[in-house]
Amino acid sequence: MADVRTETMTVNMGPQHPSTHGVLRLVLELDGETVVSVQPTVGYLHTGIEKTCEQKKWQQVIPLVERMDYLGAQSNSLAFCLSVERMLGIDTQMPERVNAIRVLIAELQRISSHLVWFGTHAMEVGAITGLLYALREREIVMNLNELLGGFRFFPSYIRVGGLREDIPRGYKEAVQAFLDRLPGKLDEYETLITKNMIWIDRTRGVGVITYEDCCKQGLFGPIARAAGGDYDVRRAFPYCGYDTYEFDVIGASNGDVYDRYLCRVAEMRESVKIAKQALDRIDPVGPWAVDDKRIVPPPKDQVYTEMEALIQHFLIYSQGFKVPAGDAYVPVEGPRGEHGCYVVSDGTNRPWRVHMRAPGLFACQALHKFIVGGMIADVIAVIGSLDVVMGDVDR
Amino acid sequence: MTAEQIIAAIAPAVPGATYEALASADAAVTPTILVPREQLVATCRALQGPGLEYVAFSDVTAVDFHPNRIPRFDLVYHFVSPHRRARVRVKVRLNNDDSIDTLTTLYPGANWPEREVYDLFGIVFDGHQDLRRLMMPEDWEGYPLRKDYPVQLRKDAQTYMPLQVTEEEFKANMERDRYQRQTSPAGKK
Repeated sequence: MADVRTETMTVNMGPQHPSTHGVLRLVLELDGETVVSVQPTVGYLHTGIEKTCEQKKWQQVIPLVERMDYLGAQSNSLAFCLSVERMLGIDTQMPERVNAIRVLIAELQRISSHLVWFGTHAMEVGAITGLLYALREREIVMNLNELLGGFRFFPSYIRVGGLREDIPRGYKEAVQAFLDRLPGKLDEYETLITKNMIWIDRTRGVGVITYEDCCKQGLFGPIARAAGGDYDVRRAFPYCGYDTYEFDVIGASNGDVYDRYLCRVAEMRESVKIAKQALDRIDPVGPWAVDDKRIVPPPKDQVYTEMEALIQHFLIYSQGFKVPAGDAYVPVEGPRGEHGCYVVSDGTNRPWRVHMRAPGLFACQALHKFIVGGMIADVIAVIGSLDVVMGDVDR
Repeated sequence: MTAEQIIAAIAPAVPGATYEALASADAAVTPTILVPREQLVATCRALQGPGLEYVAFSDVTAVDFHPNRIPRFDLVYHFVSPHRRARVRVKVRLNNDDSIDTLTTLYPGANWPEREVYDLFGIVFDGHQDLRRLMMPEDWEGYPLRKDYPVQLRKDAQTYMPLQVTEEEFKANMERDRYQRQTSPAGKK
């Protein structure tokens, strides 16, 4: 056997591999089935959104940023709007009702994103039923989005200065029905997977990372919390009045794939809790934006009947509004961790620079921390547990 | 902690550095300090030290102020102290051909964001292990997020074709843009 030649093998995984969540390409160096090194390659979805944003007026940016992290679309637009509102100085005048609706939407978005994560993660590790179950519930969130903005994926409902319009009739009842339904369904998912021996064998002790590494690698959100951290932007730097809601920051200690799974499932339950509180705070009638005629377009019935409203409508949609020169970054807790939009203005009606912090970028660059030394089959489990969205990574 | 307090805390650890507290709209949550280019790494080491503990790396990006300002680039770092629940923004001003020391030695998470800044702005990070383009194809010419990179010009952008603009074209382009900005009466109401 002395003359047996041994060498490592290089394998290209992706960009078309079905379990790389889009177009992530991994160049894996394998020794048998053990991963020796990994070289992630991204950029296949780069569309230059940040450059495009610089050419648009402030309110035209919102549909663009929603298309970055397409599973957590409204967390992008919330991050952008909060930063711009901070620069305009109108964030303190935001009506409580608007904040409650925004919290509700953000939590529904988190649930919807986590449901996709749950489904795809379960499918990749072998439980195909999970995908069908999770997408069934996610469909309801999409229908709720459709009620809001007529658009299922990117409703562009959160606007600078508040919301696009008041919540439609029947929306609150539909959300209530969904929130009543979801916890039971989550129990159902958990009976399928949480105590499943095959699942535990595949995920326990796989892809372990320490909390210290998470910090240095820029990993926040469920990944860091599953490793023992307690950093949650909703708690640390409250926005939209999150400090007035009762909820637990879910944590775990092992930092492996299984703990990340537990964290996200428990987070969905917390989101239901927050969403219910937010729902109770939304009065049937009330303001849906700040009272600022420079920024918020008038309701359509006034545009058709009042001269001032028509002028205001025309000015906002033709010239937009100006934002004072300066910069701002307001972090929000997106489904994948700290999300935020660094916005620079030069005092005109167009942004000078828009930069979105991409949680997925940091997860991709830290892949070697999770999978080097593991088996090639674990790569799939790890990528699933990191919940990367390539639209967010590449922008 | 205000920017002045942070500066007072890090100044003893970095002798000879002159810091400046900058105003920003979100200063209540994220104070901003301006750091000289040479002292960036020493400053970040001080920021990680006891009492401040900005141990988590949040982001790095750049802003191009061409042609309105010299030096043209602002390099913008965000650091977080998760258990102190504090943030800080560190800005470094860079000229066209200035390079900057990499932060990957202190924060491994700076690796790809620095590559992204190099890719889109052409800012070189000295000492970076793997400074290649991240988003654009590796043989791309030009740095797309620079303000003198053509986007308003009606030119077909093709991969693997150099995107070169003459100085006249660029000036005409900027003039037209400025004219549009000045004449737009937004916000006058």
